[in-house]
Amino acid sequence: MAFAKNISAIDQGIKNELAQKGIVIATLNDLYNWGRRSSLWPMQFGLACCAIEMIATACARYDIARFGAELFRPSPRQADFMIISGTVTKKMAPLLVRLYNQMPEPKYVLTMGACAISGGPFIDGYNVLRGIDRYIPVDVHLPGCPPRPEALLYGLIQLQKKIDSQEIEKCEWYQKGLKRVYPVPEYGPHGLIPKYNPEVWRPRQEELRKQRYGQPILTGKKTKAPHLDVVTTAPSS
Amino acid sequence: MDEKTVTVQDTNPMDTETLEVNFGPQHPSTHGVFRMNIVLDGETIVSVKPVMGYLHRNHEQIAENLTYAAVMPYTDRLDYFNSMANNFGYALAVEKLARIEVPERAQYIRVIMAELTRLVNHVSVIGFLLNDLGAFFTPVLYAFREREKILDIFEAISGSRMMCNYFRFGGVKRDVSDADLEQIRKIVQKFPAFLDEFEALLTKNEILCMRCQNVGVLPPDLAVNASITGPVLRASGVNYDIRKVDRYSIYERFSFRIPLGDKGDVYDRYYVRILEMRESVKILEQALKGIRPGEFIHPKSTSFLKLPRNFKPPVGEAYGRVESPKGELGYYLVSDGTPQPWRYHVRSPSLINLTVLEDLCVGHKVADAIIILGSIDIILGELDR
Ligand code: SF4
Repeated sequence: MAFAKNISAIDQGIKNELAQKGIVIATLNDLYNWGRRSSLWPMQFGLACCAIEMIATACARYDIARFGAELFRPSPRQADFMIISGTVTKKMAPLLVRLYNQMPEPKYVLTMGACAISGGPFIDGYNVLRGIDRYIPVDVHLPGCPPRPEALLYGLIQLQKKIDSQEIEKCEWYQKGLKRVYPVPEYGPHGLIPKYNPEVWRPRQEELRKQRYGQPILTGKKTKAPHLDVVTTAPSS
Repeated sequence: MDEKTVTVQDTNPMDTETLEVNFGPQHPSTHGVFRMNIVLDGETIVSVKPVMGYLHRNHEQIAENLTYAAVMPYTDRLDYFNSMANNFGYALAVEKLARIEVPERAQYIRVIMAELTRLVNHVSVIGFLLNDLGAFFTPVLYAFREREKILDIFEAISGSRMMCNYFRFGGVKRDVSDADLEQIRKIVQKFPAFLDEFEALLTKNEILCMRCQNVGVLPPDLAVNASITGPVLRASGVNYDIRKVDRYSIYERFSFRIPLGDKGDVYDRYYVRILEMRESVKILEQALKGIRPGEFIHPKSTSFLKLPRNFKPPVGEAYGRVESPKGELGYYLVSDGTPQPWRYHVRSPSLINLTVLEDLCVGHKVADAIIILGSIDIILGELDR
């Protein structure tokens, strides 16, 4: 990820010189971002297998508290960012969008695991959403199945870097008329309606999956059941 | 006096209203994305209706379009706390179908891994149960400390912490080195001390006893009729353990006891799990003594593992089952002689154990519903599949 550097108007040399005398100069941006990034409150919300690694990250060995993000809030109203940890099914996706809409600004999203990014190993499933970024904007994608706890910490550091690069005058959530409320998809007869939100996601023109992995796996070719009574059944034990 | 009679008439019990509470799918105590519709009368539960399917990942449909070997990593993701036990059941089913032999050393490695998973699962489940009881996160920290040690071993031998994908038809993927065995021995030696520490904090704790005893009693006849298996069944006093009944793999070589509860309440379910861990430690000790150098995979099966499309089991059906930490985990396979299974079904203990949830909850307070759910020990990946 490329970030704009947090450009400080103060010369680094003067800053260092003053720091030796015990005077700390900071811009408002620095102070503001330092406060925000050092106490990120994630939303306590596990979807699937990756949630277990999220809990492991919160436990003693990896200790997410070192990064100020240990206070898992069960309510979206109190959370700063959402860790989407696991497979998003089509039944779950509308609820996730609604939870995202309920979070107060500024809000961030971190997808954890291949499933949340693109459907992962379950991409062929009829009930699996191929990536939550079809409905809500995502700040950090964490690949892995499941990502190791270290990877989650790395993702958190990346998110902190992103927060550091934002400026108070330009940030969206102080602008007038900002409405970061995304439409909640509805259950339709063949999956969700709409299929994606064109504001945040557009389908790719080239078929990456076919290019990289060849033909997709065979589906639904079998029509005749085997005759089990013809064959002697397998011996017990 | 007149006024008093009027007020008595006003508080007629017929006038109360029931309240419907939606619980989940986003709730810290539902162990994932499980949803319950609870009808309350005051604080007493009148009815509970589970709503499932929020994690339906089409496991069976995807597996029917894959080769037999390619299904193995998907079984890891069924019950993500104990991937090794899931692998075990699937490997047994395919071995039955294709009549593959498993060498001695592989059997021992399998048993060791299955029992280590049982330790991981039970210790975490007890941690989460106490989380639900209000002991927020402290028991989980102890539990996950032990879990990490065992996961280190899984990582060393299989390459992944959680999703091990370690079993193969006719053996296991890699041999276990002596250094790893030594590491396992060390953990097994120290585990009883950890259990003592855990129990000193919990077992006789008055709050735990008050909250758990006589809550969610499951009578043995109901348990048998609802085909409950695993620690939930044994806590009700029914002696049924597939390791003893079916004697799959090499479990008949080990001497271990089946802990039974006598009441079937939440406390018994908690305590049966603790005792089961102690028995698992015994099995592990015996297995670590008995393991000998040898082949870790049958030489015949290495050929079709390289070319999974050439692995075509004969037409037929097979059902392989193991005592997973949650109960009877069964895999039913029908082969039509092609590289892909014709039908693949998972009998998941989480789903079937959950069927008694309403019987356990009705009549208790709403706070008890959460610990009853915690004591049944569901995993959504396996429940919805
Ligand atoms: S990415 Fe892998 S571990 Fe994570 S939820 Fe998906 S299947 Fe589970």
